[in-house]
Amino acid sequence: MGDLDFIKVKHLHIDYDKLDLNLLNKVLQEETSFQWCISCGCCTASCSAGNHTTFNVRRISLLLRRGEIESLEKELEKCMLCGKCTLVCPRDIQLRNVVMSIKKNILKYKMTAL
Amino acid sequence: MKTYFQYPFLIGMIFLFAYLIYLYVRWYTKLSRFDKVRFKKFWGTKKVWRAIYDSINDGLLHASIFKKNPVLGYMHMSLAFGWFLLIVIGHLEVVVAKGGFNFPFYYAIFFRYFEPVHATTTAQIFAAVMDFLLLFILVGVALAITKRFYKKIFGMKHTTKLKPLDKVALYSLWAIFPLRLFAESCSAAVYHNGSFLTNTTGAWIGNIANNPVIYQSSWWLYSFALCFFFIALPFSRYMHIPTEIYYIFLRNAGIKTKKNWESYAQIQLYSCSRCGVCLDACQLYDAGISDVQSVYFLQFIRNKEDAEKPLFGCLICGRCQVECPVHLNLNDLRTALRIKASKPLTFSYSYTQKPEQQSADTIYFAGCMTHLTPGIKKSMAKIFDYAGEKVWFMDEDKSICCGRPLMLAGQYDSAAQLIEKNTELIKASGAKNLILSCPYCYKVFKEDYMLPDINIKFHANYIKELIDQKKLPDTKLNNTVIYHDPCELGRGMNIYQEPRDVIEHYSHRIPLQKSKDKDKAICCGAGLGGINLTGDAKNIMTHNAMTYFDKFNPDILVTACPLCKKTFVRDRRLDVLDIAELVVKAIEQPNEPKALPHKEKSYAVS
Repeated sequence: MGDLDFIKVKHLHIDYDKLDLNLLNKVLQEETSFQWCISCGCCTASCSAGNHTTFNVRRISLLLRRGEIESLEKELEKCMLCGKCTLVCPRDIQLRNVVMSIKKNILKYKMTAL
Repeated sequence: MKTYFQYPFLIGMIFLFAYLIYLYVRWYTKLSRFDKVRFKKFWGTKKVWRAIYDSINDGLLHASIFKKNPVLGYMHMSLAFGWFLLIVIGHLEVVVAKGGFNFPFYYAIFFRYFEPVHATTTAQIFAAVMDFLLLFILVGVALAITKRFYKKIFGMKHTTKLKPLDKVALYSLWAIFPLRLFAESCSAAVYHNGSFLTNTTGAWIGNIANNPVIYQSSWWLYSFALCFFFIALPFSRYMHIPTEIYYIFLRNAGIKTKKNWESYAQIQLYSCSRCGVCLDACQLYDAGISDVQSVYFLQFIRNKEDAEKPLFGCLICGRCQVECPVHLNLNDLRTALRIKASKPLTFSYSYTQKPEQQSADTIYFAGCMTHLTPGIKKSMAKIFDYAGEKVWFMDEDKSICCGRPLMLAGQYDSAAQLIEKNTELIKASGAKNLILSCPYCYKVFKEDYMLPDINIKFHANYIKELIDQKKLPDTKLNNTVIYHDPCELGRGMNIYQEPRDVIEHYSHRIPLQKSKDKDKAICCGAGLGGINLTGDAKNIMTHNAMTYFDKFNPDILVTACPLCKKTFVRDRRLDVLDIAELVVKAIEQPNEPKALPHKEKSYAVS
């Protein structure tokens, strides 16, 4: 096992005992369509913000599921809310509302954490 | 003889007036300094006459509801105008009978009780007029009661749901006039001081009216009904009666709804009469959503209930605003609350890269949505070629959003960052013209960008200019077209005629509605205002819109908005083109005349 270096990268580990899924559950409850995502990447391909920087809707999903709230908050600040992702999504996911919902709930989450 | 039955009425009246004065003064003091100046200067200008005209037309006669449905209009008018006349003529009657103003002010309300004898011809004429007015109102009350059960005859699919205090006010309002009839009929039975109505009903109930207990209590009941109505009024929807007049005067003084929720917005909130006209205008009903409509939304706000979901669930298409008989700025009110609700959320766009700066006389800004519909971009490029215009395609790569989608989500501060970036690019180019092919971009560039030296044009207007200057070839397509008015362009920016002119120049347009109804055009269902609408809800609205268009059996559905186009192409019943694409199609068609093409449905299998 000693040869498997990726296991040594501690900060990438997810400790499922400590993982806080409240935010994910809340967002999925508010915008149920987000759980239909097949990670096809249409949203990322059409994204206005993604044209300038590494902003990536699929990464948003990943960060949300990994509970990396700080990175998630920072990443989401880049969205221009133009709504192209919503229009191109083959699964009809309301991504503008996903973004708004995550942002709102991060705020609530931080308020309760204080 | 000393009487006491007027006291409930007096208590109600005094409470109502005291509370109203308190509210009026409070609202006035909370207006911004400029608005106060505006309102002070307004008195003494000609606009006052306009305000008085509006008050009579909307507040008393309810002309705009009349135009919508005469029965509904009669119902509102009989109660408002009828009661107004009853009060005015009632007082006049007392003045004539008394030969002066020497009487307590409640005297006119209970005149038949206090003045049992009337022998002169004048008094009899007055009695006849008063009876006629009472009948006029009673018919209105009967209609109001009927409306609760058979709303269809009023041309309404929906009536508003009521709160408990609304019910108290509503039932006491319904009770006032029948009770007045009963009380006056009792007087008429005893003293024969009525006219055609009260004397007749008095003759029927003559036996019981002669009983002093019933006679007295009939007037007590009338007084109590008034008392209940006056006390419930400020806490019910009937608060719109005094507030609407105030609102009409402020509106005519030129006061505008602000971006933050303040006094003027509060006055509009109280001016909503909950008539429910906006309900039938709302397409969200198609999708089974019945809490977003303006009337309920304002009710939630007034009752201080949680309204976050309805707040962000509206398409901001503006159809309710057009229909509103009180002329409330419903879109602005909703936006003001969205700004308030999403204030703590922040965005930051320091990462954006600058596109290669060019200098040009004319700039074309496609906008995000046009990038999703490349046909429009290509068509615009061809049109520029035909016109011989040298254009800098500003957001060809590294496009920065115009900011309007953020604003619709209430994020005005974040949008300001994008506005600044785009403004900088445009100013550095030294351009004189800016051409846009998206109504969302057009609205924000026109209203929120500080570009005083630049002529901002929507592409339909630009094409119209090119046609007028004969810079585009003169051809005509041999097919029929219907034009869908995008919400942001029509109701949002009041551009209706130019796109129609362009279409009629290149094709044969089938009119969708009478030209006076052009501001009632339907929404495609995907308006960027609808933040938390589900995909299913949007699809239902799009489907219904397409069904409506399909009935006209056109060859092509033409719109002037990339978002509408993108939405409609998903429903494959009709070919959908943007106005620029139609123009290019017409220009590039083979010149020999063709027979009218047989319409084939893309999904037809034979």
